[in-house]
Amino acid sequence: MDALTWTGSLGTFLNPAFMLLAGLLAVAIVAQIVLSFFAAPVTLQSNPDGTLEARGGMLGLTETAVHYLFLGTLVVVVAYIVVPQVMPYGAAGIIGELSKRFLPVWIALISLYTVSIIYKRKLGLYGKLFDSTVGMIGFGLVMFWVFTAIFVGMFDMIATHDYLSQVSGLKNKLPGVAVPEGTEGVIPHYLLGGDNLARDIFSRMVAGSVFVISIAPLATIFAFMVGITLGLPAGYYGGKLDTILSFLANLILAFPVILLFYLLVTPEIVLTGIPSYMAAFLFVFPLIFFGVLLNSRYYTQPSKRNAIMIPVLGVLLWLYLSIINQPGTVINFLPAWMDLFDISILVVFVSVVFVNAPTVFRIVRGLTLDLRTRDYVAAAQTRGEGAWYIMLWEILPNARGPLIVDFCLRIGYTTILLGTLGFFGLGLSSESPDWGSTINEGRKLLLIFAHPALPPAVALLSLVLGLNLLADGLREESLKD
Amino acid sequence: MGLFILRRLGIMVLTALCLTFIVFWLTNLAPNLEKLAKTQGNARMSDEAVVTWLANRGYSQPLPIKYGQWLGVLPGYVIEGTDGDVRARCSTPGEPLETAPTFCGILQGDWGYSTVAKDEVTSVLPVRLANTGKLMFWVLIIMIPSALIIGILAGMREGSRTDRALSTTAIVSTATPEYVSGVILISFFATGTFGMQWFKGVASGAVSDANFENFFLPVITISLYAIGYIARMTRASMAEVMTAQYIRTARLKGVSFPKIVLKHALRNALIAPFTVIMLQIPWLLTGVVIVESLFVYQGFGWELVRAASNNDIEMLLAISVVSVFVVLVTQLISDIGYVFLNPRIRIS
Repeated sequence: MDALTWTGSLGTFLNPAFMLLAGLLAVAIVAQIVLSFFAAPVTLQSNPDGTLEARGGMLGLTETAVHYLFLGTLVVVVAYIVVPQVMPYGAAGIIGELSKRFLPVWIALISLYTVSIIYKRKLGLYGKLFDSTVGMIGFGLVMFWVFTAIFVGMFDMIATHDYLSQVSGLKNKLPGVAVPEGTEGVIPHYLLGGDNLARDIFSRMVAGSVFVISIAPLATIFAFMVGITLGLPAGYYGGKLDTILSFLANLILAFPVILLFYLLVTPEIVLTGIPSYMAAFLFVFPLIFFGVLLNSRYYTQPSKRNAIMIPVLGVLLWLYLSIINQPGTVINFLPAWMDLFDISILVVFVSVVFVNAPTVFRIVRGLTLDLRTRDYVAAAQTRGEGAWYIMLWEILPNARGPLIVDFCLRIGYTTILLGTLGFFGLGLSSESPDWGSTINEGRKLLLIFAHPALPPAVALLSLVLGLNLLADGLREESLKD
Repeated sequence: MGLFILRRLGIMVLTALCLTFIVFWLTNLAPNLEKLAKTQGNARMSDEAVVTWLANRGYSQPLPIKYGQWLGVLPGYVIEGTDGDVRARCSTPGEPLETAPTFCGILQGDWGYSTVAKDEVTSVLPVRLANTGKLMFWVLIIMIPSALIIGILAGMREGSRTDRALSTTAIVSTATPEYVSGVILISFFATGTFGMQWFKGVASGAVSDANFENFFLPVITISLYAIGYIARMTRASMAEVMTAQYIRTARLKGVSFPKIVLKHALRNALIAPFTVIMLQIPWLLTGVVIVESLFVYQGFGWELVRAASNNDIEMLLAISVVSVFVVLVTQLISDIGYVFLNPRIRIS
């Protein structure tokens, strides 16, 4: 087997075309920005014969040029992805094979977008997202990694080799290297090369997405539960409660994140059981949240309340107990058949929630302080509703806009935090394929071999960028109401 | 105003006490002390030997007493060890015990002894801080002007093509954590992979002799992450000011656009970014730790990583005091500055 080149035979036509179009596009964009400071703006002038005429020559011209050049570049990029699907193995080079590997993701993305755009008027805020280009791009990037994680984690597709198996002779080999006879995975090449321990970088990168996509949103949800459950009463009641809780939140926020991680996420601290106790404390908040949420709404109809609350709280309690219950730590009392999952990285999870919760608390508190003076709150108070009903069923739904936007941003920030932990080798095993650890592995030989560290770095960047763009799109669309 | 500052100072001291106590407690947990004994004494010590080693050196006293000794409000321990030696917290090696002072804590200016650097904390940490100070100086020199310029250009014509291009750049830069941008910058500009080997990927030489070649990449890596955030805040503040009544009046009077931006809008638009920049400085601390480890630059962050991985208790405490101090002082400055800059608050 020969090594693959980057674009194979596809590149003979597409590479020059891409270079030319992308170069011209860059020139046109710069020209347009520079011109926008000096040239006259484009105006419409109505002629005596009833026609309209665009004025403002140079600037208008660059605008048209940028538009068409952008479309042209987009066509070439799409060609890089679409054409290899019908070409034989290896003919389209590394890029072609990568795009073939991601075929299930492309299909899922296209179907999701088609369905969403057709029904966007019936889908509320989610549908409105498809009115904003920025939001669509961001959502696309996020869903790309979500689908990748689903296909890799659940169906074992996309990845070409086992992310842990080492193939001798492929240590630090460049992208496109052929693997020796008898060690082929799904395909006989390491698409993005081999890392320091001769493992497939591409398979490690896609396996890393499973870790991030499953941990980051969950940790963010927990942080929101804690922040909301404490922030609402702090903002609503004010007084001593607010002073104490705000002081505690500021105390955690004044701690440099990195120092906190270094103090909390060490094997010695895990031995003392502090992370387990913190987990037991932090993860009880969803239970409190849902308990209070349902009770404040249905307490006037006890039979209905019991019918709803008992199953909900029962399931949550079971989940709670199986999360905090860890064999080998201080909290280990559940029989094995009741313990649903075994989270070996509980300490990572706990510390990420712990760092995020105070910021959410501050946001929720600020929003509550603003919203509690509204008329509908006064109306609810006059009706004689309970304080928790007002907080959870009147104030919280009205604070949802900023909270959803912050939720997207915070998932991105959590992803960065998880990467930071991996980068310093804290709490995660060095075998772990998550992006932070892979970057950490790659940086040790960065000055000699740059290729192992780049794919996880770009992957992390694109996911966080997607989340930020998505948050921007959502903010823009929710402000239009 | 005086009362306000006094109250803030009180909260500051309380926060600093709480935080150092937490660090003290975490570093003095039993498994951490055992690790310390084994790294300092003998790696193959038996459990009994560990206990006596710790007892002889005052580590097995109750936590509040140890904390009080570290602060300097309780007299330092004098322990006659099981091996016959008398050890005192405040003694200096080579001098008789009788001359040692009774109190030696940070209140007396004694920050303790770093077990990893094998030197007094007060002689190691200032050097590291000076190195980081040099780094931060250049970061601020690059970060503040570029962030403000990007934000002002984007915000003065909201929705224009310039605005969209610059805002996208700002979003990309906030989405790139230091360890990602550092790795990308090093592989592009410090290795031969892409044929652009212009800079050095290691900044350890910059400690004594910083030049463009070995210092540019670390500085730009830290700046990039913060530039985006500050630029977006500046843009939002600028865009808000540009819709104000007095700007419209100035336009209707026929004042030229550059003059409106420079003379009327800028001054009010810069109040919010000032606060943001001050509050961003503590956030830069994480960036400093990452960049200093990535580029092997012997500064404050590098020392933090070294102290934390070896449970160097007194060094870690000193580091946390410094970082908590930085966080709280920047918060105080941003509050006071906001009041001074904003005439509406200042006069009322």
